[in-house]
Formats: sequence, structure tokens, C-alpha cells
Amino acid sequence: MMLGAESLQKIDREIAKYPSDQKQSAVMAALRIAQMEKGWLSGETMNFVAAYLGMEPIAVYEVASFYNMYNLAPVGRYKITLCTNLPCALSGANDVARYLQEKLGIGFNETTADGKYTLREGECFGACGEAPLFLVNNVRMCGGLTVAEIDKILAELE
Amino acid sequence: MEQILLKGLDGDRTWHLADYVKRDGYAALRKIFSEKMTPEQVIDQVKKSALRGRGGAGFPTGLKWSFMPKNYDGDKYLVCNTDEGEPGTFKDRDIMRFNPHQLIEGMIIAAYAMGIKVGYNYIHGEIWETYTRAEEALEEARAAGFLGENILGSGFSFQLHNHLGYGAYICGEETALLESIEGKKGQPRFKPPFPASFGLYGKPTTINNTETFASVPWIILHGGEKYLELGRPNNGGTKLFSVSGHVNRPGNYEVPLGTPFAKLLEMAGGMRGGKLKACIPGGSSMPVLPGEIMMDLDMDYDSIAKAGSYLGSGAVIIMNDTVCMVKALQRLSYFYFEESCGQCTPCREGTGWLYRVVDRIENGHGKNEDLDLLLGMTDNIQGRTICALGDAAAMPVRSFVKHFRDEFQYHIDHKKCLVPSYA
Repeated sequence: MMLGAESLQKIDREIAKYPSDQKQSAVMAALRIAQMEKGWLSGETMNFVAAYLGMEPIAVYEVASFYNMYNLAPVGRYKITLCTNLPCALSGANDVARYLQEKLGIGFNETTADGKYTLREGECFGACGEAPLFLVNNVRMCGGLTVAEIDKILAELE
Repeated sequence: MEQILLKGLDGDRTWHLADYVKRDGYAALRKIFSEKMTPEQVIDQVKKSALRGRGGAGFPTGLKWSFMPKNYDGDKYLVCNTDEGEPGTFKDRDIMRFNPHQLIEGMIIAAYAMGIKVGYNYIHGEIWETYTRAEEALEEARAAGFLGENILGSGFSFQLHNHLGYGAYICGEETALLESIEGKKGQPRFKPPFPASFGLYGKPTTINNTETFASVPWIILHGGEKYLELGRPNNGGTKLFSVSGHVNRPGNYEVPLGTPFAKLLEMAGGMRGGKLKACIPGGSSMPVLPGEIMMDLDMDYDSIAKAGSYLGSGAVIIMNDTVCMVKALQRLSYFYFEESCGQCTPCREGTGWLYRVVDRIENGHGKNEDLDLLLGMTDNIQGRTICALGDAAAMPVRSFVKHFRDEFQYHIDHKKCLVPSYA
């Protein structure tokens, strides 16, 4: 499963950061870029990344399954990852979790029937000062969450 | 109060190079080149400053730098640890968001001091917006001639790149971080050999925390002794404290080491919704302390250590008297279980077991022998693993049970919580 030209260009830029005999160093970035294009990492996509970087496929699977932010199965168009760790919990993350579950009608690690949302529980994002907070599709951090704020964010996600 | 890391950060352009230069940015680097300071002189100033590693271990930075082989022919690497994921810690993100050039300048100076030509900054995967800004800051520094070949005509060359993590707490451990840059699972390496002899790609490597590097330009510009005077003997300089939990103004506060905890709490707007019950003074891995002990402490490495905890990363998690300590520990124990890399049996099996026992106490299925069981388990985890994650999982359990044993016992005896309102 070939990646698009834009993704390949981005991966090449990552490869250039490392010594010429250490292309494997770009595997985390390559998987991230592939996931951004495809939505998740299928076996075919990972095999492509392996071939592109000259790695054994198993070495790529190991990386993809070790780091939490890779999607090893299809997810909704919007993956919402809520931090529920202690500092966030002290600032209302469990209330946010209940509200999100009710509003979306799904539990953690589930996807809505229309394929729009997936809800995940995350570990510390390193932004506890803005608790409670969630990440949308690994890239957009939304902090200081209140019911009104959550409604607004969800309404904006077409 | 003198600030070093957050000084003058007003407006939304503080992260740009032009703004940084107005705040004396890159003046330390220019000073090194114009005064022809030798690498030894640079390291000497860092030693005099008593700067200690701001990532959590508090190791003297100048000493660490002096471990790097001097007359080494091959490649050497400099690595910055911005993989900030210790619950409660969010200081490095603010340095990267608002003041990234200070980190870049600090790394260039460190590279010069150790004769290193290539560096990597490993950034926590969850802070994508900060990563993209860090990429732009590097471009600015390259365009202005602060990074690349023959920096400012000095003959010294240094290349710096950002590497984005993707959700693994363990990569904050320095050798796991190196494995991760090499494109592998982030599983810590057995030490020795230490990174100074066998680091990234098997080459001599120095790894420091973001805040540590970002403190270096000021030390060079104003002198190590002046930095030391800002703090206390053996605890030089200022420190960023990330205050979270039950306070009115959670956030980062830069204060001199040795500042009373009571003052820091006041700066963070004081308690929210109840009296101070407990505080974890250095990030979730450090032992919790009861509120009344905390109120008498000063925030420096040695004072906190004397009281039985550690300053760690400077993440101050505040809990008021509505918090159920069993439930709080249950969440922390789940975290270490989830984040154990699986390499060492005591940690892989032990973190899950700790979590399951705390979880059953929380849910009213605790047994009388469970508290001693928990303490026994921590004995069998602590000090018996390759890296400190095992210790990090054990220390909260040990300290929560030690200081709040009555509350755990109440859960076991009455199948319910002593403190009813914690969500």
C-alpha cells in the first residue's frame, strides 16, 4: 500500500535528520506520517514503511505496537484521547469522561456507529496545568474543558 | 525575584528568534566566541553554578559534562530530553512553547563545551503544536547562522534536530530515549556502560533535560557563581515548579531553589475547595507527603529529601481533604502498570499486581493482609529492575500506605471510602 507523494516527501525530510546509515531512526516519524494519511496502520502500510526504510517488517510492528499513539485498527474520523491521570482527575477529568461517554453514547476504546468518534483514555500529556484536557487525532490539544467547551469543540468537528 | 527561564515572556511572539535576541538571546554564545572561552572554561562555569539536572535525578550538570571523552576521534552526540510525561510535570512544554531559542542556545553551548557536532531534541509525542513550533525555531536558528557549519565564524559547527515521541512514558528514561531515537521500542538499557561511553548509535552521548540546557546561557552570561547565589549551596539557581491539582491557579512558577512551599502555594492562588491534605512534591513517582509536613518545607533538593521525598522534576501535585488516597493511588498504580515496558519481570508483573491489589481495596474487596502484601511487593520491585520505573511504581505505593494507612484500612474494614466526595 503505497503512500502519497506528500507523505513520502515528509518521510524523506525525517530520514535526512539522521546519519545516512541510520534510516531506521525515521521509523517513528514515518509511521506517524503514514497514519496521518491513512487514518490507521494496516499490515500493508507497515510493510511499505519497512521496505521504504530497509527494515525487517517485524521491527516496524514492534515500534507500532509499543507506542500508544499509533492506531493498529481503524478508528473514527475523530479520535478523542482524554487524560484521566491523577492531576487531571483532581481537576475534573472523570466528570469530563462521564459527559463524553454519555454525549457520544460510547465507552472508552469504542467508536460511534456512524464512524465519527473514537474515545480513548490517555496517559499524561505533560500539560496538567490546563487540566482537564483531551487530544483530537493526536494533534490538537484542548484544555480547560467544561461542558460548554466540549459542546463547542464537538459542534465544530463537522 | 530573578527569573531565568520565563523572564520577559509577554505577548505571542516570544518564541521567535528576534524576540529572544531582544532578551539577551544568543549573547552567551557570542560571549564564548568573542572572549575565546575554552570548553574547559565553559564546563567550569557550569560546575560553579551547582546546576543540577532538572529532569528529576538532580545530577550535577557540570560533572556529567566532564564525563564525555575529550580526545575522541569519532562522532559524539548531544541529546535533550523533552519527553515530559511524568504526571504533574508540564514545565518543559512551556519552555519549548514560549522560549525555544533559549533551549537551542543552551544546547549549542553544551555542544561546544563537549566538542559535539550533532544533537537531537526528543519531544513528547502528545504536544504536536509545540513540536511544529520547535521545528520552526530550528529553521530560524539555522537561517541566522546559529546552527550549522562554522557558527558565527567561530569554526565550530553544530547541527540540531527534533525527534517526536509517540506515547511512551518510559522514553523519558534516558537510555530508552536513545533506543527510541534509534527507531526501536523504548526499552531501557542496562547500565553500565553509561551514555557518556556508549550512547546514541553506540557513541559517547550526553543527555540533559530541557530546563537544564535552557539554564545554561544565563550561567555563561552572568557567571556560575551568580547563578549559585540565586539558590542555595548545592542547589543553585531558579527552578520551574509545575503546580497542579487543587489550587486556584495551576501553572508553572519559576522561583529560587529554597523557596518555602507555603509561598509557592500562595503564588498558585492557594488551595481550591478544601484544606491541604497531601502533596506529591516532585512528580507522581516521588513519595507523597502529608500536608502538615509540606507546609514546613522549602523547595530544594536537600530539604525535600530530608523530609522523605524528592524534588524530582518539580511537579507539585496538590490534594485537598476531599481526596480519597486509595483512589488517588489506584490511578497512579494503573499508570505504571500501563507504562511498564515489559522488559524486567519484577516491574512487568509487579506493576500489574500492585494495581490489582490497590484496585480491589478501592472497590471494597480488600483483604486484611493486603497492606503488608503491597509493601512486600514494593520490596521485591524496588532496586530489582534495569531502570527506575520499578522504583517509580513502588514509591507512591509505599508512601501512600505509610502516611495514610488508616484510610486504606478503613476501605478494607468498611468496604467504603472514608472521604466520600472524590469524583
